[in-house]
Amino acid sequence: MSMTEVHRQASVGPKQHRFEPYAFNGGNILAVAGGDFAVVASDTRLSQGFMIHTRDHPKAVQLTANTVLAQSGFEGDSLTLKKHVQMRIGMYEHNHGKTPSTSAIAAMISKMLYYKRFFPYYVYNIVAGLDNEGKGCVYSYDPVGSYEREQYRAAGAANELLQPLLDNQIGFKNMSEAGPPLSKERAIQLCIDCFISAAERDITTGDCVLIQVIDKDGVETKKFPLRRD
Amino acid sequence: MKYFSHAQFIYQQFPSLKTFIEKLFILNFRILTQYMNMALADICKLNFSSKSSLTKLPSNEEVFNAEAQDCFSIPTAPQAASYLSHLSKPDSDVHIKFNHGTTTLAFKFQHGVVVATDSRATAGDYIASQTVKKVIEINPYLLGTMAGGAADCSFWERVLAKQCRVYELRNKERISVAAASKVLANMVYNYKGMGLSMGTMICGWDKRGPGLYYVDSDGQRLNGSMFAVGSGATYAYGVMDAGYSNDMCVEDALALGKRAIYHATHRDAYSGGFVNLYHMKESGWEHISWTDVKDLHYAYKNEKK
Repeated sequence: MSMTEVHRQASVGPKQHRFEPYAFNGGNILAVAGGDFAVVASDTRLSQGFMIHTRDHPKAVQLTANTVLAQSGFEGDSLTLKKHVQMRIGMYEHNHGKTPSTSAIAAMISKMLYYKRFFPYYVYNIVAGLDNEGKGCVYSYDPVGSYEREQYRAAGAANELLQPLLDNQIGFKNMSEAGPPLSKERAIQLCIDCFISAAERDITTGDCVLIQVIDKDGVETKKFPLRRD
Repeated sequence: MKYFSHAQFIYQQFPSLKTFIEKLFILNFRILTQYMNMALADICKLNFSSKSSLTKLPSNEEVFNAEAQDCFSIPTAPQAASYLSHLSKPDSDVHIKFNHGTTTLAFKFQHGVVVATDSRATAGDYIASQTVKKVIEINPYLLGTMAGGAADCSFWERVLAKQCRVYELRNKERISVAAASKVLANMVYNYKGMGLSMGTMICGWDKRGPGLYYVDSDGQRLNGSMFAVGSGATYAYGVMDAGYSNDMCVEDALALGKRAIYHATHRDAYSGGFVNLYHMKESGWEHISWTDVKDLHYAYKNEKK
């Protein structure tokens, strides 16, 4: 060993090397629920450390006509969880003869996450869609399945930057007067603006944002470019 | 798969067998954890040998079948519990943060039980949510509170709700608060040492009158007339002890519960949001209020003037 290597080791200290089952693939997801619609936005960059694996890897998938699942975190776990969720929805359809509602899917995902409580899926999930009455709903999760229905949620690498913006613009938190109820166009524009801001300050966010709008006519998908640096 | 269902049956019939084996090897911790893992294998219906390292990951089919049959999947490593403990340390590269809940309280008085909680969930230093429902409605006459890991509490209390319903169907009678809390305590005791974080109070009204039990993931189960659980518990105790008397009227008791939570949220960083207030009466629980702590602050301030 050369002298420089010895010094480096001495300062860092002994480190046990072991198989690391997780990695962090970055990116952000966002979902907003309106009166009769829900909007899901996800960026399409897949990165690891300082490397970008690909610029065209969306993080949201449509599960049923009414429901979209968006995921952020470790891509390996999110792929597996997505596969398992789609299988279970298929099983539900075979057993019950109908598609599961958004709230049923939300409760099922919570259980699926908790059954891996001792080796968690390192994924931050958001389920968005229309509830049984046709109103927009957003369910957000922590990695082991604690979930809650909300009006809006940002998750992923820059969630601490985006969530306060949503609290102010959609939740009207700590403002003396609330604004008008959210329209679909404003919700979409807000999501795009959030991602533009996130791309400015978070290295793992960028390239392209995929917007999915869920309403009674189905799921509409749009793409908007973001900065690619 | 058939072999393990027999083993699980035997363990259920002779629970003392497990403790007997554990006592024999109490000084040899390594073998003890192996037995714990074997017990887990029975619960989880998974097959792994203690000598294998993490070379054989469970196949997609195994994990999928385990999920569909409602059991836990664990890493195929000799000491499953400690294998992943490095992930919860803040200085590791991949630090998974779970939502933790805080400051809940409950106390008995002559007209029943008052249950009050805050509504903040934190993931590390980030406030994940200000609107968490920390009072879990198990059934119309049983309430459970949530403190510690949010997923742990909501999952196990939901399993408790299922067990309480099964008890009702089998025995044509409501389950007592003592029995319900014991069911929960026994369930989580099987996972003792594996990192579950749950501090809950089971509140209800049964044949013996108002009931209040504290149950936690260390296996503690206590009967009492006043508990506060969570990071803001000490602040809540101070206010509750100052104003408590068994002969309070309902209005005063509810006001005391609300005030105790407010003071805890004021001083504890990990508590805040809204005060969720319930009253457990002979006819079952009643949800009283969901008040923003910000509004309470100004209300109490004006009262002083």
